[in-house]
Amino acid sequence: MDYHWNWMFFFQETDDGLKYYDWILSGLGWTTVVSLASLAVALLLGSALGVMRTTPNRWLVGIGDAYVDLFRNVPLIVQLFMWFFVVPELVPEKLGLWMKQDLPYVVIAVVGLGLYTAARIAEQVKAGINSLSRGQRAAGLALGFTEWQTYRHVRLPMAYRIVLPALTSEAMNIFKNSAVTYAVGILELYFQYKQIIEKTSQVLEITIVVTLAYFALAFVMNRLLASIERRTRVPGLIVGGKGSN
Amino acid sequence: MRKTLTMIALSLSAAGLAAPAHAQLTGTLQKIKDSGAITVGHRESSVPFSYLDAQQKPIGYAMDLCAKVVDAVKSELKMPNLKVNYQAVTSQNRIPLMQNGTIDLECGSTTNSVARQQQVGFSVAYFITSVRMGVRKDSGIKDIGDLDGRPVVTTTGTTSDQLIKQNEKGKTIDVKNIYGKDHADSFLMVESGRAAAFVMDDILLAGLIASSKNPSAFAIVGPSLRDEPYAVMVRKDDAPFKAIVDKTLVGLMKSGEAEKLYNKWFTQPIPPRNVNLNFPMSPALKAAFENPTDKGVE
Repeated sequence: MDYHWNWMFFFQETDDGLKYYDWILSGLGWTTVVSLASLAVALLLGSALGVMRTTPNRWLVGIGDAYVDLFRNVPLIVQLFMWFFVVPELVPEKLGLWMKQDLPYVVIAVVGLGLYTAARIAEQVKAGINSLSRGQRAAGLALGFTEWQTYRHVRLPMAYRIVLPALTSEAMNIFKNSAVTYAVGILELYFQYKQIIEKTSQVLEITIVVTLAYFALAFVMNRLLASIERRTRVPGLIVGGKGSN
Repeated sequence: MRKTLTMIALSLSAAGLAAPAHAQLTGTLQKIKDSGAITVGHRESSVPFSYLDAQQKPIGYAMDLCAKVVDAVKSELKMPNLKVNYQAVTSQNRIPLMQNGTIDLECGSTTNSVARQQQVGFSVAYFITSVRMGVRKDSGIKDIGDLDGRPVVTTTGTTSDQLIKQNEKGKTIDVKNIYGKDHADSFLMVESGRAAAFVMDDILLAGLIASSKNPSAFAIVGPSLRDEPYAVMVRKDDAPFKAIVDKTLVGLMKSGEAEKLYNKWFTQPIPPRNVNLNFPMSPALKAAFENPTDKGVE
């Protein structure tokens, strides 16, 4: 292959006076912001939906199930386009104009990515709660806890510990999925990747660097949550695949 | 070794001798001779340069020009039955695919730029595009100054947004840059009122407007922010092959045949929907046909 390698271009100046590595750092920053904000949205909403789906109330279960079915079965990029292009045309005209001209795009990206991931987290939280023996809830109620208190003090603390490995995957996925938000105009890492290819044509160098950057982001998230998993372990209580130790 | 061969080929052509078929060939010509096939890279939706028709066959102005180049290669190598393969490329993969030998020439809408010349070679320009603004007529935007404080869209991974940045630096125009995923997305941003203007190659704007629901609602306005030459992409430092490509294109330009092909694609209804782009030859392109050049844009 007849390729002209040039690793030094990262230190060349761009049209806007910054260096190319500044573009990558700025992309990394936006990727991190969008991912963490979406993760927060997804954890809050996903937990609420997961809990709803385990309550005795049929309406709450129905709403939770419908949400998961809808958001888990539509591709992420289609959902982002729905929020970005379609929703502003469906709401009252003034609100639509505000959404199109004043609302920062990052809000749409965070909502889109957050709601998509929430459906997946809801599924995991539900699975975690359902994996507990029914006696846990009964014992809580017998001690005089309300339904909500059995969630808050008995079931959720255990359910989260059980599904933490699955949530770790989700937290890593969100960094990788955030690349799709370039499609709604977020200047994140993948966007900068495309821009730098167009400007420098140094495809291989930039691809290697961006690959490593995504790997690093997901890997840091993985290590972080693994350490949380270790710190929150309750000896003798959680029964993982191989029993506790 | 290869360098020496290139030198030999160069001195042969410098002496006015077309390298005879029995002489040592180099680079792309050697590869074509050995494999018995030439692979033409084409685009899928660069109307009217290189795109797929209703039968998924690549057609367009650049494809017509490249067909002539392929004919020239056939007669140069004395291989009338040379097999012609077509390979679709995108703006992301066209340069790597050229470098790794997947395609032998690329016929699409590729700007010949100095940065790209680090990686690949370019023929003489067969089209000159001007970067201008596509706007809704009811927006009242006539010039670049009218953009102050307005959102302006361009497509991710194209060269046009540099111009917005350069214009921001030079003048006191403060625009809000937004980015569409592809040209259709960017155009939708103008159509839906998210962006006041779409800064892009005028020919692409003309294509988007011509195929929109209501072409009369849009206009291409403002001065040219920059002229960019479109050229056939070949491998870097492959002078014998580039010479054949250039000789063919220059011949077409001088004989008037290139202009005929231009009119066929730019001023008449074209497939698949019989849209007429109404895009007569610009003075810049007429000049480029008179004095063909392979100079890249900065």
